[in-house]
Amino acid sequence: MSVTTNSPPSGPNWQRFTPAQRLARYAVYLVAVMALVWSVRNVSIIPEFLYDAHNQMADLLTRMWPPDLSYYPTTVHGALIETLHIATLGTILSIVMAVPIGLMAARNIVPFRVVNEFAKLILVASRSVNSLVWALLFVAIFGPGALAGTIAIAFRSIGFVGKLFAEAVEEASPGPVEALTAAGASWPALLLKGYWPQVQPAFWSIALFRWDINVRESAVLGLVGAGGIGLVLDTAMNFFQWTRVATILLAIFTVVVLAEILVTQIRKRLI
Amino acid sequence: MSVAEDQTSRSAERAPAGKVTRDNVLSLRGLTKAYERGKPVISDISLDFPARGVVAIIGPSGTGKSTLIRCINRLVEPTSGQVLLGGTDLTKLRGAGLRAARREIGMVFQEYNLVERLSVIENLLCGRLGYVPLWRVWMRRYPDEDIAHAFALLERVGLADFATRRADALSGGQRQRVGIARAVMQSPRLLLADEPTSSLDPRTSVEIMELMRDMAAERDIPVIINIHDVALARRFASRIVGMSGGSVVYDGPPEGLNDDHLTQIYGRSETGGWIG
Amino acid sequence: MNKRQAELDQIRAVAFAPDWRMRAVWLGFVAYVIYATGQLNFTWERFVVGLDRGATFLGRMFPPEFKRWELLAEGLLESLQIAIISSAVGILLSLPIGLLAARNLMPVAVTVPARAFIALARSFHPIIIAIIFVKAIGFGPLAGILALIFASIGFVAKLFAEAIEEISLKQVEAVRATGASFMGVVIMGVLPQVFSRFIGFATYQLDSNLRQSTMVGIVGGGGIGGTLFSAFRRFDYDFVCAILISIIAMIMIGELIASWLRKTFQ
Repeated sequence: MSVTTNSPPSGPNWQRFTPAQRLARYAVYLVAVMALVWSVRNVSIIPEFLYDAHNQMADLLTRMWPPDLSYYPTTVHGALIETLHIATLGTILSIVMAVPIGLMAARNIVPFRVVNEFAKLILVASRSVNSLVWALLFVAIFGPGALAGTIAIAFRSIGFVGKLFAEAVEEASPGPVEALTAAGASWPALLLKGYWPQVQPAFWSIALFRWDINVRESAVLGLVGAGGIGLVLDTAMNFFQWTRVATILLAIFTVVVLAEILVTQIRKRLI
Repeated sequence: MSVAEDQTSRSAERAPAGKVTRDNVLSLRGLTKAYERGKPVISDISLDFPARGVVAIIGPSGTGKSTLIRCINRLVEPTSGQVLLGGTDLTKLRGAGLRAARREIGMVFQEYNLVERLSVIENLLCGRLGYVPLWRVWMRRYPDEDIAHAFALLERVGLADFATRRADALSGGQRQRVGIARAVMQSPRLLLADEPTSSLDPRTSVEIMELMRDMAAERDIPVIINIHDVALARRFASRIVGMSGGSVVYDGPPEGLNDDHLTQIYGRSETGGWIG
Repeated sequence: MNKRQAELDQIRAVAFAPDWRMRAVWLGFVAYVIYATGQLNFTWERFVVGLDRGATFLGRMFPPEFKRWELLAEGLLESLQIAIISSAVGILLSLPIGLLAARNLMPVAVTVPARAFIALARSFHPIIIAIIFVKAIGFGPLAGILALIFASIGFVAKLFAEAIEEISLKQVEAVRATGASFMGVVIMGVLPQVFSRFIGFATYQLDSNLRQSTMVGIVGGGGIGGTLFSAFRRFDYDFVCAILISIIAMIMIGELIASWLRKTFQ
């Protein structure tokens, strides 16, 4: 109906899709259903567990109530601040590393395909590995603690920040850069006065967006020993202190929501 | 063109035509550019430009005017030929040498090419990027005389009160004024302009052409302008170069340009309209 | 003329006035970095020792060891199953929840709780949700599936609600005018307008769930993550390397399929 796509605007051909496209779609539906059936039949779920799941869940939630708020100032607060430090420092570190790689990946900055592709490979590698895996790797290298967490967050974010930054640079209008080239500007001056003013809004937006994501991600790192509130959560769960768990979850929820509000507010001001 | 006629009050001080008293500032020798092998956009162009006055290059769009003018400061890399600026062959230069040559050639663009998010005054100071050390650019600590010069130029183009506004807050005509001031800011030996009026309305176009001619004359800077509007070219240039199909087909004073030449340059169908 | 010169000097003073606010912000930034680095006990020494250990660590990762490929394949398939089931159920549940959260179709009394639920689902990292489910219902893929269903709702239902809020109400009115029931209005007036975007969300979520399904195992939610975690625990780094390569390969294939799907359904 209203969903107009790239089909020709008029003419006798009323069909939205070619027969081949239709066939491809039906094939996709079929494969999707088959994949689902295969998954359901093969996944190792004990049916009794499934039927009992809601009871177990309700049971856990009752044991969490009421949250042990007295636990917050003694332990949770410090861990929460550590989590924020990990997220912030990790984001800063990732930007420091991602900006040069992003510039290398941008075709209008470095006109060598080999360099572009190499930089893109680094960015893809960074994104393909989950932050938890990065955390496991860096815990193995630097030992447990916030250092491993911060570097894990940084490495995980390089791909995201670098890719979006490179795209923003490639979208920059070439006109001003051409004018500054004509004025005899050196390449650092071109970056500083030709490109930077153009990519600046995108840059801040990317940095804030990634920081918001990293606040969420850094809350998990402690589960594998990389510092932050995840560690406290893990301990509380291992000792079945459910009211404390509730406090921790509440703290994470609050911080994540506050971070999101903060980011939206700053972005509104920047743009 | 009635608007244009109203504005002729100042055109009395039209630059003297063809009065070549000093050496040529710029000479092109056999300049050729082919983006694709075997398909040159401009081929074997040899021209001499005197050290004063306005030269207009006319011709339909797609005829290589823009490529020609960009080959001069090597925004486009010529395939072969020489660009001699005061005796130096620019096509041989690299790195710092090329930048030093570029800063001696000011350029005005069709789309103004201002850095939209910088202030007007900073856009002017961008004209000094070839001179000012990087740390000063970074810290916005431009030399005092540059800042004073920039304000004087802004005042000259009538935009000093807009100095702290962002460039994207200006109208097209105002932006082109900033563009001209930025080019002059380079203290250039030569001013290039690539279709400086194509994005402007007729009235503003005349104002911009007047401003460019006058400012260049005040500072004794020769100007080369790409322009497809024959009426404007006739009115402001002391010499006209007509291009068609990548070659020069007319080179002489505006008075010598007749219908036959225009037909040769633009083709038959449109000739009537070009006599301003 | 002198008056004009004074005016120009005034403008000049404004144009190049030192920006104290920006300087304060930068100073604060540097101070924060130093403070936070100190708080987290980062020292150069630790870093250097780590680099040293990193080198031996990398040395032990190569060559990757694929001899236990059966274990590897088993884990990957379980991750795939978790991703498929959780995406299917998650997307299906997102439809009604997203509809309930659309402010142009539903009364406030309905949208507020629906939105609160979505916000809750979005705020927690899928791994945290997974660990809660693991504690509640025990180890295994069921916990992972439930966690990813929950996470999917947080993402898809939100975007779905936003898509519905952007639709043209004229078409909805037109369908309503024919005397259609509420379900009829939804099916005839609302769904056709958001379907193409919905496919985009769904493929994105499938992609995202595939990534997370390789991780939920770290907290006991089934899939390859468990295999990875225990290999780490045993310092079995060449097997770790093999697992990582397989995970990345699977995710990249998933990404290719997702982008192909988006093209087909555009």
